[in-house]
Amino acid sequence: MTARKPPLYDAHTDREAKLTEFGGWEMPVQFDSINTEHERVRESVGKFDVSHMGQIEVTGPDAVALTDRLVTNEVGAIEPGRAGYGAITDSDGTMLDDTITYRLDDERVLFIPNVGHDEEMAERWRTYRQEWDVDAAIENTTTDWAMFAIQGPDAEDLAATVTDTGDGEGTAVRNLGRFSVTAAAVAGVDCLLARTGYTGEDGFELLCPTADAESIWEEFDCQPCGLGARDTLRIEAGLLLSGQDFDPETDPRDPYTAGIGFAVSLDSDFLGRDALEAIAEIGPEERLTGFSLLDRGVPRHGYPIVDGEGSEIGTVTSGTMSPSLERPIGLGYLPADYAENAASETDGETAVVIRGEAKRVRVETPPFIDT
Amino acid sequence: MSFDVPEDRRYLETHEWAHREDGSVRVGISDFAQDELGDVVFVELPAVGEELRADEEFGVVESIKAVSDLYAPISGAVTATNDALLDAPELLNTDPYGEGWMVELEPADDAESEELLSAAEYREQIE
Repeated sequence: MTARKPPLYDAHTDREAKLTEFGGWEMPVQFDSINTEHERVRESVGKFDVSHMGQIEVTGPDAVALTDRLVTNEVGAIEPGRAGYGAITDSDGTMLDDTITYRLDDERVLFIPNVGHDEEMAERWRTYRQEWDVDAAIENTTTDWAMFAIQGPDAEDLAATVTDTGDGEGTAVRNLGRFSVTAAAVAGVDCLLARTGYTGEDGFELLCPTADAESIWEEFDCQPCGLGARDTLRIEAGLLLSGQDFDPETDPRDPYTAGIGFAVSLDSDFLGRDALEAIAEIGPEERLTGFSLLDRGVPRHGYPIVDGEGSEIGTVTSGTMSPSLERPIGLGYLPADYAENAASETDGETAVVIRGEAKRVRVETPPFIDT
Repeated sequence: MSFDVPEDRRYLETHEWAHREDGSVRVGISDFAQDELGDVVFVELPAVGEELRADEEFGVVESIKAVSDLYAPISGAVTATNDALLDAPELLNTDPYGEGWMVELEPADDAESEELLSAAEYREQIE
C-alpha cells in the first residue's frame, strides 16, 4: 500500500523534516528536535501539520440527528458555530474512535475521525443512513482539506495577526471561545478556524483548501512541530490516542474505562447507549490512569504493569520522558479499585516492567500538567 | 545533511564507534546515529568488569521516539563507564564523539579492530 501524503509533503522534505509512517500517512515526526518543538508550544506557539486527520461532512435535514445517534456526546445540543468531543461506539459500547464534531449550521456537521479511520467512518454513517432511512449526504472530504494546529499561549496573537476578520485587529479570532468554530480568511483564502487542539494549551485548528495549504502554512511564522512533540504534549495533557490507548481490535475499551465518561451523554439516544448505561451503573472494572516512574527508564506502549507482589495487573498504553516535567510518565489501564487506592498512597508499590526489570511508579491522575 | 565522521576511529555497521586510547578502547555512537535517534533521554550501560563480546548487545539507548540496542564493536572487559550520561543523556546529542562516550574496554583481541569499518567505509554506508 502506498502511503498517503499530506499536501505539504514536498515542503516538509525541503525543510529536512524527519518523516514517519503513521496510520497509512507519511507525516513529519520531527522538524528540529522533539524537546525544542515541545517547549515552544508550552512557552510560545508552534504549528503542526495534521492533514492526516479525517474530515467527514454530513449535510441535509437529518445530518445532526444521524451524527447524534452515532457519537456519545449530544450533537443535537451543540449550537451552530460550536464543537463537541465524543466517542464513536459500537452497540456494545466499544470505542471505535474518538472525534470532535463541529456544528457548522443547522443542517451541516463536520467531524474529524483519527488517522486512517476516515473512509471507515464515512461508510459507517452511510450504512446507518440507509438502515435508519434518514436524509443526509455524507462526504469524505479528507483530501480536500489540509489541517493545521496552531498551539501555545501565543497562538491567539499569531492567529489574530494572520486572519482577516474585517476590523484589522483580529477581534473575531480573539473572541472565538474554546470549542467554537468560525469561517475565517487567512491570506485571502476561506478557511475554517476552530479553538480546539490536542496539546493541553490554548490554540486553534485550521482547515484550509489543499491547493492553498503551502501559502497558509507559511503565513504562520512559528516553530513547525512534528508528531513526536504532538505525542509528548498530548500525553502530558492526559489525552487519548485512538489505536494506542484504545483499539477496537487489539484493546477494546468503553469510554468510562478510558476515562472520558464526561464525553458520554446518556440523555442522548446513540448506538451503544444502553451498554454504556449498564457500565455507568456498576462502574468500570478498569480505569485508564496515569503514573510517573520513580526509577530510571522510559515507559512505553505494551509494557506490563505489576503490583507489589509482581503480579501483572495492567498494561502501559502510552509513555514518554516528559519534556516539561523532565520525568518519565505514562498512561495505562489498572483495575479501578486498585487505581483508586494506589493513587491515594504516597509510596510506590506499583511497577512497570522494562526489559525484565520492575521500575517503581507512582500512580497519578492525569493530566500531568495544568491545562 | 552531512554528518561528522572523524578519521581517528573505526565504526560498526550499527553506528557504534571505537577509539583507541592508551591501552584501552573507548566506545560510543556516531553523529549519524544520534541524529537518527533524536533527543536522547535514557542510557543503560553495563557494569565495570562485565565481559563484552564483539557484535553482541551491551546496552540500550532511548530517545523520546525510539529504543535502540547498542552493539560492542570489539570484545573486552569494561574498565570504565561514562556515568555523566545517567544525568545528562543529551551529551550523546551534543557531543557524540567526545563527552558522549559510553564505555571503555580492555580489548581481548587487537585483531578485531581491523575488521571494523574505516571512516571512509562508514561514510559510504550512511550516505
